[in-house]
Amino acid sequence: MTAVRTAATASRVLRQVRHDPRTIALLLVVPCVLVGLMAWVFVDTPTFDRLGASILGLFPFVVMFIVTSVVMLRERQGGTLERLMTTPVGRADVLLGYTLAFGALAVVQALVAVTFAVWVAGLDVAGDLWVLVVVAVAVAVLGVTLGLLGSAFAATELQAVQLMPAVVLPQFFLCGLLVPRDDLPRGLRELSDLLPLSYAVDAMRTVTVEAGAPSSVWVDVAVLAGFIVGAVVLASLTLRRRTP
Amino acid sequence: MMKMEEPRVAVRLDEVRVVRGPRVVLDAVGGVVRAGAVTGLLGPSGSGKTTLLRAIVGVQARVTGTVEVLGRVAGTPSLRREVSYVTQTASVYRDLTVGQNLRYFAALAGLRGSAAAEAVERALRTVGLADRGRDLVARLSGGQVSRVSLAAALLGEPRLLVLDEPTVGLDPVLRDDLWRTFAELARTGVTLLVSTHVMDEAARCDDLVLLREGRVLATGAPRELLRRTGAGDLDAAFLHLIREAGLAGAAA
Repeated sequence: MTAVRTAATASRVLRQVRHDPRTIALLLVVPCVLVGLMAWVFVDTPTFDRLGASILGLFPFVVMFIVTSVVMLRERQGGTLERLMTTPVGRADVLLGYTLAFGALAVVQALVAVTFAVWVAGLDVAGDLWVLVVVAVAVAVLGVTLGLLGSAFAATELQAVQLMPAVVLPQFFLCGLLVPRDDLPRGLRELSDLLPLSYAVDAMRTVTVEAGAPSSVWVDVAVLAGFIVGAVVLASLTLRRRTP
Repeated sequence: MMKMEEPRVAVRLDEVRVVRGPRVVLDAVGGVVRAGAVTGLLGPSGSGKTTLLRAIVGVQARVTGTVEVLGRVAGTPSLRREVSYVTQTASVYRDLTVGQNLRYFAALAGLRGSAAAEAVERALRTVGLADRGRDLVARLSGGQVSRVSLAAALLGEPRLLVLDEPTVGLDPVLRDDLWRTFAELARTGVTLLVSTHVMDEAARCDDLVLLREGRVLATGAPRELLRRTGAGDLDAAFLHLIREAGLAGAAA
């Protein structure tokens, strides 16, 4: 693994995305539209202020998961990964390059979505807005790395897209948005502790109700970082230099 | 046929066997690839050409036997700087320009700054795409895309070039140019291993390896194979060799 090859890979991925302006537009516009729609649905009730922050974390996670699982699948199947494996590039260079590239997009996405949610949709949170951005980026990067890992389990783009409900929806049911995690039945409560999205929603909820930058948020972000590292490590194990 | 431990050997194979599922793809493959020569790998599709090339560049799983490349076990990390591989279907990024593709592969090969820019320019000239650097790969014709893929392999001055049917879909003039380039590269000491199923290309190789159903049927210089079989051209020579092997198989 070398910094030069990781950086070269990251900038290559960003150049690819730049040739696809429609994907960039979707990455930036869709979360805003969804947040705006939600604000409209819950107009004149406190619900949007209560759940808005969590939703801000959730949408980027889903979007990034889908995009990276498909993009990485393309790399695996287009023959370019096979070629990369014959060059001095390390497997970690490839995965970190992807993570950095989509991480950079996640930062832009979070800035746009938070700006829209607060100044257009009127989201009111007790905590600092930059904390909201940091958590949103962490969740999006988690989506990136899980997508990179998920691509190993799909043989076609059709399968890759269907990984999304399989990976995301169970986490969505258990993350505390529908039912507070403490009210979940035994077993499910414990299971929810093992799923990364629970920590994302916990962090967002803290930002919603507590002023400043509460320390419990950083614990949740640290757990998310752990999941991110774990996903990259697992994904690098699924990248084989030698294939049948 | 060849003696062991010749000094000018780039690839040495011994008892190479590859099994994929229930099928034996390569069996008891042996031989050498001379350094600084153009070796043609011939055989019908499904004969195991790609699998053999993949074993040599170190990306084929479940290889048994000896595959030694430039004096090291195939797949040794240090070989990735010295061996370049061009897959049969072009492996470049369609959503990047030609130049962006090559600059990326140059960076992976460890080239930077003006050295990278010069290498990219030289590679583009070699494959006849000097004026297409700014074009998106997706907008190029199939033949042009495979030339971009070939150009990417020329960056970083590899000692061994492994090319899987590099001239498919190219017009005769360009094919002729590329084979001249291969010969030139070989003169500078580069070893080339090229799979093909075009006989007039086989005639331009220094050495030939004929693969059939995962086994080496014959090896030798084109002229030697013609003399041995008494055939008028390589097509006839290979037919002769295949029939001969078939008869031997039936007798055994």
